[in-house]
Amino acid sequence: MGRYIPETVKEQEEMLKEIGLKSTDDLYSMVPEAARLKDLDIPSGKSEYEVFKDMKALADKNTVYSSIFRGAGVYQHYIPSIVKTITSKEEFLTAYTPYQAEISQGVLQSIFEYQTQICELTGLDVSNASVYDGAVAAAEAVFMTLDRNRNEFLVTETINPEVLTVIKTYCESRDVRLTMVNSKDHKTDIEDLKKKINEKTAGFYVESPNFYGLIEDVEDMAVIMHENKALIVEGCNPISLALYKTPGEMGVDIAVGEGQQLGLPMAFGGPYLGFMTCRKELMRKLPGRIVGETTDHEGRRACVLTLQAREQHIRREKASSNICSNEALCAMTASVYLAAMGPEGLRNVALSSYNNAHYLEEELAKIGFKRTDKGEYYNEFLTDSPVDASVLENKLTEKGVLSGLNVEGKILWCATELNGKDKIDELINAIKEVL
Amino acid sequence: MFNCPKELKYTKTHEWVKEENGLYVVGLTDYAQDALGDIVFVNLPSVGDEVKAGEAFCDVESVKAVSDVYSPVSGTVAEVNDTVTDDPALVNNDCYGAWFVKVENVTGEDELLDAEAYEQLCASEE
Amino acid sequence: MKLLFERSVSGRGMNYLPKADTGNRMPDEKYLRKSRLHLPEISEVDLGRHYTELAKQTHGVNDGFYPLGSCTMKYNPRINEEIASLEGFTQIHPLQPAESVQGAMEVLYKTEELLCRITGMDALTFEPAAGAHGEYTGLLLIRKYHQERGDSERNVIIVPDSAHGTNPASAVMAGFKVVNIPSNENGGVDLEALRNAVGKDTAGLMLTNPNTLGLFDPNILEITKIIHEAGGLCYYDGANLNAIMGRVRPGDMGFDCVHLNLHKTFATPHGGGGPGSGPVGCKEFLRKYLPCHMVEKKGGSYVFSDPEKSLGQVRTYYGNFLVVVKALSYILTLGKEGIREASGKAVLNANYMMHRLKDHYHVAYDQTCMHEFVLCLEDLKKETGVSAMDIAKGSLDYGIHPPTMYFPLIVHEALMFEPTETESREVIDEAVKIYLDLFEKAHDDPEYLHGAPHHCPIGRPDETKAAREPVLKYSFDE
Repeated sequence: MGRYIPETVKEQEEMLKEIGLKSTDDLYSMVPEAARLKDLDIPSGKSEYEVFKDMKALADKNTVYSSIFRGAGVYQHYIPSIVKTITSKEEFLTAYTPYQAEISQGVLQSIFEYQTQICELTGLDVSNASVYDGAVAAAEAVFMTLDRNRNEFLVTETINPEVLTVIKTYCESRDVRLTMVNSKDHKTDIEDLKKKINEKTAGFYVESPNFYGLIEDVEDMAVIMHENKALIVEGCNPISLALYKTPGEMGVDIAVGEGQQLGLPMAFGGPYLGFMTCRKELMRKLPGRIVGETTDHEGRRACVLTLQAREQHIRREKASSNICSNEALCAMTASVYLAAMGPEGLRNVALSSYNNAHYLEEELAKIGFKRTDKGEYYNEFLTDSPVDASVLENKLTEKGVLSGLNVEGKILWCATELNGKDKIDELINAIKEVL
Repeated sequence: MFNCPKELKYTKTHEWVKEENGLYVVGLTDYAQDALGDIVFVNLPSVGDEVKAGEAFCDVESVKAVSDVYSPVSGTVAEVNDTVTDDPALVNNDCYGAWFVKVENVTGEDELLDAEAYEQLCASEE
Repeated sequence: MKLLFERSVSGRGMNYLPKADTGNRMPDEKYLRKSRLHLPEISEVDLGRHYTELAKQTHGVNDGFYPLGSCTMKYNPRINEEIASLEGFTQIHPLQPAESVQGAMEVLYKTEELLCRITGMDALTFEPAAGAHGEYTGLLLIRKYHQERGDSERNVIIVPDSAHGTNPASAVMAGFKVVNIPSNENGGVDLEALRNAVGKDTAGLMLTNPNTLGLFDPNILEITKIIHEAGGLCYYDGANLNAIMGRVRPGDMGFDCVHLNLHKTFATPHGGGGPGSGPVGCKEFLRKYLPCHMVEKKGGSYVFSDPEKSLGQVRTYYGNFLVVVKALSYILTLGKEGIREASGKAVLNANYMMHRLKDHYHVAYDQTCMHEFVLCLEDLKKETGVSAMDIAKGSLDYGIHPPTMYFPLIVHEALMFEPTETESREVIDEAVKIYLDLFEKAHDDPEYLHGAPHHCPIGRPDETKAAREPVLKYSFDE
């Protein structure tokens, strides 16, 4: 059995004696007899070596693909070594939420830097310290748009389905009426958006690139929403923002997104982070932790958690969100990643993903996997499949390749900077064998 | 001792009110601003909002607390004081100058105290 | 200290990736970003040093004693980090075919089983990413349960006044009204007040036991019975499970659902405020309402399935998976004996520390405590003017992270200590000595403590200025 308690049993007995007790059980004398657990029915503990061996065996049961052409919200990117090295520092790893600013400047400053970088990416004014993931960020953004007179919200059909389920769950419990805006050829139908807005509409959520990889006409939608005194929330892909127009440039009020791509491994779904930014007029509606810069009594620069009166520990039942932690270490990861890549490096990742995806589209078309949508896309696109998509998936798995995702009988392909020419040519050859 | 000008009326929840050309001017008392400490934000209602006597119509934030502000009267918000939104410290520095809202079409009022009764209330809460 | 952006020099930086070898296409001009992207341009060595400097200005568990009440800042074993870094866990896509992630699904399945046994529950979801997120999920379960039975009048959640601030906030988010009930003179639930509070509108009760005063409520069976008889459900806030794991189970105390904080009780690191994990467990009758993507065993393999009347999802996919990996490693290491020893030692440490402080400081409730205890510094403040905050800030100069301050709200000038089981007697003895020094200092030189800390990277920051004139990002010159 492994144990992390410093003292021997004998030493513990001495401590007990000193406070006038005989055994540890005496500490639990107030627990009613009927509620006491006689025997905890789990296996006995193991040594570190044995646990490592067992866990390694579990890890080895999973297939680590040598190339991945699947995205749909989670993307494999190159992560420079420096990112993991920095975020493994045990001061960062083992600290709690930075309530004590005097001994938490490291975590606080890193969040302040993260906030700055997210504002830069999105072209908006204010960022929080991050939330649990991109879907939660989207759901929390819905609540930011509501006010006394407006409690209906519009969501486009072209949304990532996982994000939609989370938004639905959040809205259901607070009696926010959600209405879906139809799509046409996998892009939001702007006429339908116009039709569905009314004086109760608080806002509209659209992703660009959307779930099918297409760039949406966010600027036009922003104009429509603002004409109706409602807000627009954009879900964005943070890497693509190095290349594409920012939410800020397009008149978006709140931008959110999944930050996994910024230096975090896919890790079977988490930990990730959701980023949230908004125009400064909405600052006090932004949920979660926010770090601000101030000075100490000697005039030295200091970072602190600020605008805390918005938060649950002060407002209790009057708080508009119950979020209390952020994903601090993930936010730091994103920040280190962005600093390591720099503006040119990030743009290169975006451009490589773009070019690889477009090359992939051309090569797939040559073997009968034709793209089914029209219009601008970033690094994901939908094709027909001449063979059953699940058969293709199985065959490619045998070759160590994860195919695109089966979506409505079609295949949603994805390429990042890691799917270069050699990987794509390999894929095409592998598919040819299957065909 | 807290400053409680004689010409004002007060609520038990520490708001002051005075009638001025048919409008009811509302703000936070000296006792309240002192108890809250450094006020950092005042979340005012909008012109045209209905307020009800005894019900919260806005809130004020200090660094570590948030507190509802209750309306002494029922009516419609005619004016809001944007200068306290821009500079919340005014509420600490000059609470009787830094009014929050002016209310019109007043149809009723909460139980209001005169300065003397309010001073006693503050003393008992100390 | 300089910000990343102030270390940036145009043109500097590393090339981590080659240019694309698939062409030089560009999106059409009309789609392109126009504004400049200010990201740091910095050499790798400078980047590394920047964070080394930040790390020096950060106090973690590995830097020293961290008795932050209700946060369970225990040692985070290194092996768990190594295990969670294995490629087989990090390099798998959440939408891979189930056959290709059997090991990961087994991690979820096994951990669910172990945590169910530890809590006395029958099923558990890992979707919630933090404690507050777990509370929200648990309350949605309660809401769904009443709705499905056509009992939609039940819209009140009862919360004791000693509860964590997240409890009422979560209840409101889940669509409930909150009724607060006062504590009795022993710090427990006032049974009379509880009986008066329940009724046809009672949806449930949220409770942590031991409560935030660090006290185990001996009436717990009576409390949960009152709620059940009124038709409500009982929710267990697992923030304080470290005191009782392996000894008493929420399920045996009458609770219907629980959330756990893997980042407290199960030794996964807090990361400066996340990522955590707040799994929610429930009794069999609530299983069908759990979030989507539950792992089941069918034949010899694991499959995902959505519960029949699932409440939906509170997060994407399966939650903070790597955190679950770490927690599983921890539970396997400790096992049945280790889990029980950990809670016992956590409680012993708290009682030992309280015992050694109580001749000087006023203990809010002077009785055997669980894993944490609360001091009330009201008298000290009256006598010397030195507040709980001053004492807390004073301890910073000695390399101790302060206890939780001004919580629970029902104790004035509160300091709440949770030493955890992984601190040795020597560490606690040393801390006691420091707190006794501070007590003396409060009488001799209160001014000194008003100005504390004196030897930290910064002094007390101006929080008023931060909130009045918010500066929430760096401003670039152009």
